Amino acid sequence: MQVRFYLALWAAKLSQPLLKLTGHNATDFPGQLALKICPDFLRHVAKPEKIIAVTGTNGKTTTNNILADVLADKGYRFLSNRLGSNIISGIATCLLGGVTAGNRPRYRLGVLEIDERSSLRIYPHVKPDWVVCTNLARDSCYRNAHPYYIFDIIDRALPDSSVMILNADDIISCRLKEGNPRIYYGMGPQPEDRDAPFNLVNDARVCPRCQAPLVYDRVRYNHIGRAHCPACGLASPEADLLLERIDRASGLLRVRQGDTEVGFPLLNDSVFHIYDQLAAITALRAFGLAADEIADSLSRTAITASRYTRETVCGVRMTSVMTKGWIAPACSAVFDYVRRQPGEKEVILLLEDPEENRRSSENITYLYDTDFEFLNRPEIRRIVVTGVRAGDFLLRLLLAGVPREKLYHAAETEEIPSLLALQPETEICLLYDLHQTEPSLQLRRQIREAIRKETTI
Amino acid sequence: MKIEALYTEACNLYGDAFNVEYLRQSVPEAEIIRTPLNGTPRFMREDVDLIYMGPMTEQMQEEVIRRLRPCMDRIRQLVAADTVFLMTGNALEVFGREIDCEDGRQIRGLELYDGCARRQMFRRYNALFLGQLPPDDSAGQAIDVVGFKSQFSHTWADNEDGFCFQALRGGGIHPGSVREGIRIRHFFGTYLLGPLLPLNPPLTRYLLHLAGVQDPHPAFEAEAQTAYETRLREFRDPRRRAVM
Repeated sequence: MQVRFYLALWAAKLSQPLLKLTGHNATDFPGQLALKICPDFLRHVAKPEKIIAVTGTNGKTTTNNILADVLADKGYRFLSNRLGSNIISGIATCLLGGVTAGNRPRYRLGVLEIDERSSLRIYPHVKPDWVVCTNLARDSCYRNAHPYYIFDIIDRALPDSSVMILNADDIISCRLKEGNPRIYYGMGPQPEDRDAPFNLVNDARVCPRCQAPLVYDRVRYNHIGRAHCPACGLASPEADLLLERIDRASGLLRVRQGDTEVGFPLLNDSVFHIYDQLAAITALRAFGLAADEIADSLSRTAITASRYTRETVCGVRMTSVMTKGWIAPACSAVFDYVRRQPGEKEVILLLEDPEENRRSSENITYLYDTDFEFLNRPEIRRIVVTGVRAGDFLLRLLLAGVPREKLYHAAETEEIPSLLALQPETEICLLYDLHQTEPSLQLRRQIREAIRKETTI
Repeated sequence: MKIEALYTEACNLYGDAFNVEYLRQSVPEAEIIRTPLNGTPRFMREDVDLIYMGPMTEQMQEEVIRRLRPCMDRIRQLVAADTVFLMTGNALEVFGREIDCEDGRQIRGLELYDGCARRQMFRRYNALFLGQLPPDDSAGQAIDVVGFKSQFSHTWADNEDGFCFQALRGGGIHPGSVREGIRIRHFFGTYLLGPLLPLNPPLTRYLLHLAGVQDPHPAFEAEAQTAYETRLREFRDPRRRAVM
């Protein structure tokens, strides 16, 4: 087995410079190769002494990025897969980059984003000291089925020794590894909270333990909030690290941990990114960084620009938000964010997956779990859709009550700027799927040009 | 017209609840009854025209079987009286004889039909589905049906004389079968899941007609028809992958 492992390690290592030369350095091919030669490569490859793992349905990349940015800012050298993939081949690629040709670890710390569906293949060999689970919610029906299926996978796979860093406001994921040591983070009451579920979907309407109806004390989105079961007594746990107040005026999150209150720079004021930030802060505190050290580094950190950008061109504001297609709660959270922004808006939806529509035909069931109803607002003046799934989006928007006259269909992406009213004080909201990153960048450039042309005239 | 949706707080995993919303928008005068898990189905005390239930977690299947078992005499009576039932995804399985789990456990079903579902929790079957509802007096000619399948289990049942759709792509009730679902009079149990009705305006028209609506018109019929025809073209294209 040792021979096989070393063959795998060396072959995979050799492939890396070749891939770099051909411009494919971000691929997880080396890990695939290693696993092909030695299927239990993960078992044998040396790991860093300490590992922080980040998993969950939504927000794991953002959380992982914040963690990595702060640790790097504080001068830590660590192994990370932030530029690679989070499935088993990505983890294998990352770990082989962290060892010498003699399989000696080159890093003492690893920060790994781990795909929740891959848990059973990864955790038996990669045993994290701390596990951050951001939340569990419905995801791709093809791959993830439903959140309780994913819960069972993670719960079975994780070691009993990992310290769990869990979202106290998620009554599903907060119950992971009930026997493990755990630290909860959460938010205290906020002015925007609702007292009952308001999304189309809520994956925890009934008690995950006894199936009786759950009672929500407050709801932030989907099933994220505070709930209890009058039948069996299950209740959202108290947070050890609690966000008491979002101080938007000074750009600070007022967070209490024990008797200490600290102000952390607010990286982004959307509720889902605030949860990601709290998850990262809690993990960093558990790792041993002082609160003021974290706050200091966060003042030099930003949410990765490819996921969220805001700019103003000749008085026209343009916000671009990556909105994961197929994941209804993620789409709904973005729609909710858009509707809460002040002022008039024009919304562009680039949510389809062009590649999937070439190969097959995209599964659009998630459109009917997503709250398109949030876009039915007087301040949203028009909504533009395009692509081969445009007909599906138009139907869904009509069923959401959006007046027909507000809906625009662009035959091609290039046509979109001509369909917008590019007036000062208007906000253009471009919501795009991960697979539309390139087209969204191109579209932003075209919109900028169109705005400049319009204002010159 | 009365439409009863069973347990929508728990039996709604893939946009399925919108089937009922689509019916509501298609027949605005209809009374929509949403019966929660801890409630007694309205059909127990009065006739309803259409009963819907969507897919659920595996744990919830057992709970639903427990809740519906006392209702089975009435359900058999309603099926015999041609009440329309639409059961999507694994809601179909709770009405079978049993569900066999990987750990050897057998869950006794509601025994409306003689079929056995077998779960394989690590072999999810994902597919596009293209099929036809066979012609009958209500449908006139065969109706093309498009949809999605995503499931851990398949059902073994003799559905030769009682199936929902003749499968052209995406498979039938179990691997190797070309007959999708279970049909008993106006009881339709299909593995197709998600927003089946908004995706299929002709099927919606057909079911509403069976449920007693004269000259039914699905909501946003023209737009729904356009999206349906686009999907139909794609699903008919043999170059496009059907099984994921």
